[in-house]
Amino acid sequence: MGSLPSTYYDFFGLEHRLDLDLRDLEKRFYTLSREHHPDRFSLKSREEQQYALDATAILNDGYRTLRDPLARAEYLLKENGFEIGEQSSKNIPPELLEEVFEVNRALEELRGGDESARQSLEDARNKFTGMRDAIDTELAENFREYDRSRERGVLEQIRGILNRRRYIRNLVNEVEKELTGAAA
Amino acid sequence: MTPLEIDFGKQERVVGIDLGTTNSLGAYMDAAGHPSVIPGDDGDRLIPSVVTLTQKGEVVVGNKARAALIDESDRTVYSIKRLMGRGVADVQEELKLFPFRVAEGSESVIRIQLGDRTFTPPEISAFILRQLKKNAETFLGEAVTKAVVTVPAYFNDGQRQATKDAGRVAGLEVLRLVNEPTAAALAYGLDKRREGTVAVYDLGGGTFDISILKLHDGIFEVLANNGDTHLGGEDIDNRLIHIAVEDIHTEWSKDISHDGEAVQTLRRAVIEAKERLSFVPATNIELNYKGKHYQREITRELFEKLITDIVDRTLGPCRACIKDAGVTVEQIDEVVLVGGSTRIPMVRSAVETLFHAKPHTDLNPDEVVALGAAVQAGILSGTVENQLLLDVTPLSLGIETMGGVVSKLIHRNSTIPASATETFTTAVEGQRNVLIHVLQGERELAKDNRSLARFDLKDIDPLPAGMARIEVRFLIDANGILNVTARDARTGKEQSVEIKPSYGLTDEQVEAMISESIDRAEEDFNARQTAEARVEADRILAAVDKAKRNDAYLDLTDEERGDITKALNELLVVYHCDDHLLIRAKIDQLNHVTMKLAENMMNTAVSSALKGTKI
Repeated sequence: MGSLPSTYYDFFGLEHRLDLDLRDLEKRFYTLSREHHPDRFSLKSREEQQYALDATAILNDGYRTLRDPLARAEYLLKENGFEIGEQSSKNIPPELLEEVFEVNRALEELRGGDESARQSLEDARNKFTGMRDAIDTELAENFREYDRSRERGVLEQIRGILNRRRYIRNLVNEVEKELTGAAA
Repeated sequence: MTPLEIDFGKQERVVGIDLGTTNSLGAYMDAAGHPSVIPGDDGDRLIPSVVTLTQKGEVVVGNKARAALIDESDRTVYSIKRLMGRGVADVQEELKLFPFRVAEGSESVIRIQLGDRTFTPPEISAFILRQLKKNAETFLGEAVTKAVVTVPAYFNDGQRQATKDAGRVAGLEVLRLVNEPTAAALAYGLDKRREGTVAVYDLGGGTFDISILKLHDGIFEVLANNGDTHLGGEDIDNRLIHIAVEDIHTEWSKDISHDGEAVQTLRRAVIEAKERLSFVPATNIELNYKGKHYQREITRELFEKLITDIVDRTLGPCRACIKDAGVTVEQIDEVVLVGGSTRIPMVRSAVETLFHAKPHTDLNPDEVVALGAAVQAGILSGTVENQLLLDVTPLSLGIETMGGVVSKLIHRNSTIPASATETFTTAVEGQRNVLIHVLQGERELAKDNRSLARFDLKDIDPLPAGMARIEVRFLIDANGILNVTARDARTGKEQSVEIKPSYGLTDEQVEAMISESIDRAEEDFNARQTAEARVEADRILAAVDKAKRNDAYLDLTDEERGDITKALNELLVVYHCDDHLLIRAKIDQLNHVTMKLAENMMNTAVSSALKGTKI
């Protein structure tokens, strides 16, 4: 049975890269599932069953992490000693200060019953959604850049982008909730 | 078993069981490798999930118990699945609509009163499982000890655990709990389609599930589940009952809603009318009760008006499921219907409209889940190769943090087994315990989610505040059940964890139920053996009585006749005792001392027969 690989990348037999071929990843996931899934060991010894359970849990956790670009980037950052936490995303990225201020005011107005704020919130939502898409493109470029150069500086850049993206995601969610909630 | 009977190539039999709200059934993989239903001893394929405790204290399950619903409604229980793994506070709505008799003093574990005894929901489910096990053993002619049991996809941890407990109490090792819609997909053999996306719409007696799966060369990968554990055909029945009860109140000037017998009779009438309406545009609900007659016509049009909101309530979860699966309606290639309620034309057209696809209905919607469970049983026992089911957890798992907020560790629709590791520490110097409150659900505040259990990390090494590092691993296994382990990250030592389930039974309680059920099984076994021994004693006593009048008896010596009389009296003495072994011993003794008598009689018979032929 042996011991389990210590990183998700190793489990999937992949290099520690950020730009992954998702089709290839899926194929590996299916092959490894057939090999390790507890269903194949249900009449075997307790040890084999436990191993299958542990291995498949790691496999599934790994697949969930690696197939999602954001989770994958965070995972690789952690592997490289970066601290990742929700806390850092609570700080407003300086370049967004002005817009966030506007959005918060509009949110307050809508909560106070001022329906005219709805339009500006919808505009803000569309704007931030657009920003999010732009960030995703920027991330993809940086992923390729890191895979090529393996420079720590690129990872630092990526961490900054991730924080910004997380901040925008939370903001979009909040606006979305207020818009649909108020409409209902 | 003699050595000649051992077949070394034999695979261990695992059966599939659909433990339903309204009906249950078992299935197995036949010699040709096809899933096939195991009929009950009365030949019926569906076993009503009804349990009754007779006046004599016998437990009866199925059709016979259903008959008792009317005459002995206070000793009979149905729809027990609605109470599995739930606390009294959860089921107040259920209690208004269903005549469950919850015993006094039920708190975190519900106890149901049947006659003078009380049972927990897992024990009642265990009676149903035991019946299915017995049916399987009779039908297959071999002992059955392992099973795959299905559960609604949307069942939470407690409900799953309760189902597994029921299996243990019934003497069945539940190798796997499989989600009902996923099982249905397996039964349809949709793997023949090498690639594709399939939706399974499962409207059962008490629960609604929707699942979206991706098929890939024998792998069934569930992308997302959604559902409602309080929505099903019985809600439709209750609508019709409500109308009829109101009519009757006006016509008879009598409120029958608290008359268990009347409501049960009406329920049967309403279900029959509902089923007919799937095939005819109008029918009557008819009730004959204690010399009174009630009848009203119900058209399909009115019926559909009555149930529109129930059908609509299934559509929200469907849309959410499509979104969670990350697919569009157009990408869904096929839709499978499961559960008796999907026979209703309005349900079918609603599904067709939503998914833009004509649903599969070739397999009997009442049987398809059990058939799928049999396929999964085949996968586990190795007789079905190349197929593999990758299911997901329906609800997010989290822990309560500061301010009663939930921090999610494993998100819903994560493929299981799934795990998450969290590190905990102490808040004050020398603290020895840390309590972790685990919840399941999607809401932000702990109080709005389902409490699963509290885990007490005990005997932590005393250290300054914040220095302890306890790594806790939360693992959801392939059955969707949570396992928790902990270790001290500083020493690597395993950390002891005490589990306090919020609902359901502790391990000790389940063990107690198992041993009680084994005791009772032994009691039952003894009673049967004794009865059989007495039947045999009757036979030999009658034979000896007759033989005494035969000439051959007179040919015996006095001593031989004395031995017979003695053995006869000894048998009569033990006849009424409960020890079947003792009765058997005396029967053997009587047999032994009458051997010569029997031989003599045989000879006399032969010689007189010979004489006869000569004349």
